[in-house]
Amino acid sequence: MIGSLAQFWAAVSAYPFLRNALIAGLITGIVAPLIGSFVVVRRLSIIADALAHVMLSGVALGYLLGSTSRVFAAVPPIYYGTAVALVAALLIERLRTMYRSYSELAVPIIMSAGVGLSIVLIGLARGLNVDLVGLLFGNILSVTQADLLRIVVAALIVAVTIALLYKELLYLSFDDEAARLSGVPAKTINFIFSALIALVISVSMQIVGTLLISALITLPVAAALRLAKSFRALLTLGVVFAETSVLVGMAAAYTFDLATGGTIVLVAILILLAVLVWQKRLRA
Amino acid sequence: MAAFDPSNVVLEAEGVSFRYESQYVLKRVSLTLHRGELLGLVGPNGSGKSTLLKVMLGLLPLAEGTVRWFGVPLNRFRDWARIGYVSQKAASFNVGFPVTVEEVVRMGLIARLGIFRRPGKKETEKVLEALEFVGMADFRRRNIGALSGGQQQRVFIARALVGDPEVLILDEPTVGVDRHSEVRFYALLEKMHKERGLSIVLVSHDLGVVSEKMDTIVCINHELFYHGSASGFRAACDEIVARAYGQEMKIITHAHDPGEEAIYR
Ligand SMILES: Nc1ncnc2c1ncn2[C@@H]1O[C@H](COP(=O)(O)OP(=O)(O)OP(=O)(O)O)[C@@H](O)[C@H]1O
Ligand SMILES: [Mg+2]
Repeated sequence: MIGSLAQFWAAVSAYPFLRNALIAGLITGIVAPLIGSFVVVRRLSIIADALAHVMLSGVALGYLLGSTSRVFAAVPPIYYGTAVALVAALLIERLRTMYRSYSELAVPIIMSAGVGLSIVLIGLARGLNVDLVGLLFGNILSVTQADLLRIVVAALIVAVTIALLYKELLYLSFDDEAARLSGVPAKTINFIFSALIALVISVSMQIVGTLLISALITLPVAAALRLAKSFRALLTLGVVFAETSVLVGMAAAYTFDLATGGTIVLVAILILLAVLVWQKRLRA
Repeated sequence: MAAFDPSNVVLEAEGVSFRYESQYVLKRVSLTLHRGELLGLVGPNGSGKSTLLKVMLGLLPLAEGTVRWFGVPLNRFRDWARIGYVSQKAASFNVGFPVTVEEVVRMGLIARLGIFRRPGKKETEKVLEALEFVGMADFRRRNIGALSGGQQQRVFIARALVGDPEVLILDEPTVGVDRHSEVRFYALLEKMHKERGLSIVLVSHDLGVVSEKMDTIVCINHELFYHGSASGFRAACDEIVARAYGQEMKIITHAHDPGEEAIYR
């Protein structure tokens, strides 16, 4: 274990593309559980999944548009994906207020729209050079300097916004009526929150891929939830577990030549299992 | 209890009507609350008590009638820090939510702090003070889900109190609380009233205790049936209850003194 970490570290210092991958992974390991903590306690885990699928259709759209004109090609497809996910986030928020007591119903509606659109668009783009496997399962080694810059900026926006709106987000998540009575602008904040989810997904897309984004957002938090008594503890433990998953997962993937995204998520699952077992033994 | 100041109106609702669907839940209900007044809001299940509070607090839209807080019409009123509210459903939060008692009470400071400002040392002291006031300071690091119903209720009262409100609105705070804690609760109410000069609106089904502890009683069943002094309510209780609750309804109220056990038919 330590040996493979050391080996991995040596490789990171030697190869810049590995360094980019590691930095991108570690940044994701911070913002995914940060937003994930709020996502989980609001019982919106599945929204992250829906938005990830919608983003996929946006990326496919980006490829298609890029093939038609130079102007469109100047913008990388992930930006189209982010834009489409932002619009979807807004739609979900609207649908959620329309179906107040069935707010999770908004998710399958948006999700099926996203998946349907993705399949059609990717079908249309078949002749193009689209890294479909990378989109679905992640391709952390493809992180370029430009990607890294985009990831850093998006992550900064997420972290700063959460820090600024921390007490409002927490109050809304815990008791939305009381929060509104205290003058918290619920609609605005809920929209900002959905937009932050979309940003986190755009950050995580290359790391673990569409199919596993929600795993990275929820698994570390699910493990933290078993241990945390306070919300601060939930955030801290969530970040610790996510960073551990990223580091150990990347090192293991490098050493044994495994798929990085999948390995990271498997480590997160191992952590969750370890926490559950440890708790059970503590109780017995 | 101490007399209130009849010249100083805190809350004034006039001709408030409200409906969720086609049927009116509230029909032209009016009430007035003065500084330092203890007002008991009573009525049978489904009579619209919680709805009335929510309309007056702007949590449900005010379609007909007027509501003024401290003389300011509801739609222009922004000073929500002056009002503390514990809803009937306060304790029905997600029990797995990882927040401590301290974190919950700190939420009550948001209206005072405003957006972007973070609670500091002074706020931590205020939180502790509010928790001491309701006798829950020892539990401040405990997870809120790991408390009993009555203890949670006191934490929510602390959350409503922490911003130093002038009015406290309590929707059935003693439901599911044992008799001993109920006595403690009314003692707490008296303390809040005396030490902080709070005006209080209390919803309760316990007609005996409410009419004994409050200054004023408002009795509604979709419409207003009584609005006046508690002594007047006690004197005409049988008749008011028969009209508001319906003849066929049997309401049993229990007083704290076993000798006062009374049954209204
Ligand atoms: N969200 C809602 N949608 C539709 N009707 C509602 C809704 N909430 C309450 N009602 C109806 O409005 C009426 C008044 O409800 P409300 O909760 O105000 O009563 P209450 O006096 O507080 O009763 P209780 O003593 O049981 O708390 C009831 O008949 C109820 O069925
Ligand atoms: Mg009620």
